[in-house]
Amino acid sequence: MNYEEILISIAEKNKNVIIITAENRAAIRNLPSKLQNQFVDVGISEQTMIGMAAGLALRGRIPVVHALSTFLTMRAFEFIRTDAGIGNLPVKLIGAVAGFLSEANGPTHQAIEDISLMRGIPPMQVFAPSDEDDLVIMLPEIINSPNPSYVRYTNLKADVEHNKDFKIGKAEAIAEGEDITILTYGTLFKEALAAAEILRSKDKSVGIINLRSLKPIDHETIENICTKSNLIVTLEDHFITGGFFSILSELLVLKRINSRVFPIALNNKWFKPALLQDVLEYEGFTGEAIAEKIIKHEQEKHIATEYFY
Amino acid sequence: MKNKKSKQELENIALNVREHIIKMATDGGCFIGASLSCADLLVYLYSNFLNVNKSNLKDNNRDYFFLSKGHDVPALYGTFAELGILEKERLKNHLKTNDFIYWHPNVKVPGIEFHSGSLGHLLSVSGGVALDCKLKNQDNKVVVVLGDGECNEGSIWEASLVIAAHKLDNLIAVIDRNHFQANIQTEELIPIEPLDEKFKAFGWNVYSCNGHDFDDMDKTFSSIIQNGKPSVVIADTVRGRGLPSIEARADRWFCNFTHKEIEQLINELHTKEKTNLESETLIVR
Repeated sequence: MNYEEILISIAEKNKNVIIITAENRAAIRNLPSKLQNQFVDVGISEQTMIGMAAGLALRGRIPVVHALSTFLTMRAFEFIRTDAGIGNLPVKLIGAVAGFLSEANGPTHQAIEDISLMRGIPPMQVFAPSDEDDLVIMLPEIINSPNPSYVRYTNLKADVEHNKDFKIGKAEAIAEGEDITILTYGTLFKEALAAAEILRSKDKSVGIINLRSLKPIDHETIENICTKSNLIVTLEDHFITGGFFSILSELLVLKRINSRVFPIALNNKWFKPALLQDVLEYEGFTGEAIAEKIIKHEQEKHIATEYFY
Repeated sequence: MKNKKSKQELENIALNVREHIIKMATDGGCFIGASLSCADLLVYLYSNFLNVNKSNLKDNNRDYFFLSKGHDVPALYGTFAELGILEKERLKNHLKTNDFIYWHPNVKVPGIEFHSGSLGHLLSVSGGVALDCKLKNQDNKVVVVLGDGECNEGSIWEASLVIAAHKLDNLIAVIDRNHFQANIQTEELIPIEPLDEKFKAFGWNVYSCNGHDFDDMDKTFSSIIQNGKPSVVIADTVRGRGLPSIEARADRWFCNFTHKEIEQLINELHTKEKTNLESETLIVR
């Protein structure tokens, strides 16, 4: 099943589900004809889209709002925070082309602070599936939950078979590793797999966690890994501030866990606009580049001071 | 609408609502000017136009009312108290931490459909409610009160386009045209006239009425048609209406009067004898 098919299936089973978009139809072209009255396009009007979603939710609907992540989470931020957030309404935000997926669009389209913004809203849940299969596994549970939610949409094809059992607040442990564990989400999951292969060829024991649920975070799994693995790598296509590195740092401080953490994230700048593979290469986020950074870190006991500006 | 109240009854209720509002303008104060400008509108809508009352507040078929300019909520609390939706006793909890009655609406107060305070939100929220009623072939009306100053917000015009595009003719926006935004007359700062032509150009039916004349309100609201277009009623009002000493004064937006002044203002409400107000004006809120 793909994204459109799971949405159709969910909407057919639950007539309260209604899909809304701000004319971002690329990933949902078949929904208008299939879902008829359960599909609404408000045009390029993100604030009105969120306000209307809140109104629909007041009437018992579950609005699934599909729009480009930057404009959804930033143009309409105060509507999300004030209407869906304060109202604690089950508005489900699906943000497209977040992180590196905006490719050559340029900084206007780069949602690399989306997670930081969304997790700052008290009742908001935040999810980041690693690929379309993962998204399809996660969506039913997210749509059924009573909370407002933000999902970083992805249409990347899966390289692995994911655990079909998804629970809100649970990560997917792909592999365990004593030397190094890479904790990641979304687009960079694939690169983490590639980096792990390289590191394993150098006799390292490498674990990988597909985080899936960033808020609530799977603190049990993470706590366990941070006490067992010698080096924790946080890997994300997000600004260093406010994303998973921040979430982990907060968790470790609160739990008084003294782990060695090496963050790989975007350092206070927008990334070079280009096609995805070229972005990964230019910005140093390919599996190879990641493995190289980790090895360098291990050898030099490098502390990532470049993130302190 | 069954059992419409007479003009005299409405005027009596409105007088009581104004007393409630004035009593909230002390011990911390409230946005008295805007509350007094929309008081008659709210009394009319809840008494003679909307199908919503204390016994159907959660009914799926009720009419919906949203106060987008949330700072005039004392007028709504007062109306609810007079119509039995909210216990009068609770008005004494204004600004107290033991209740939810503060400067902007909270859904924990009976009758409040949704919170507001941030301007420019509830037109689109009303649009969502109206859309759902339409999709379910229900004939509930959805009424939202906007401020004229609030029409500075781009989201009002964005939502106006979308609501017209989706042919939500079950939605009625009422503009409390009291000619002021916080500190300044609307036409001095960001002129919004011709307001009627703007809404017409956006695809709305446009009506206007005197927002203090119950006969005129009744005539106007009764004439609203559902022709595939949303409707807007531009209600001409006076900020501070009912208290000559603060009427249409730019500096009497948010007021926090002394207890003695409150007594005098209630007297002024009934006698129209101007109070000599010494309390601070232009309070920062």
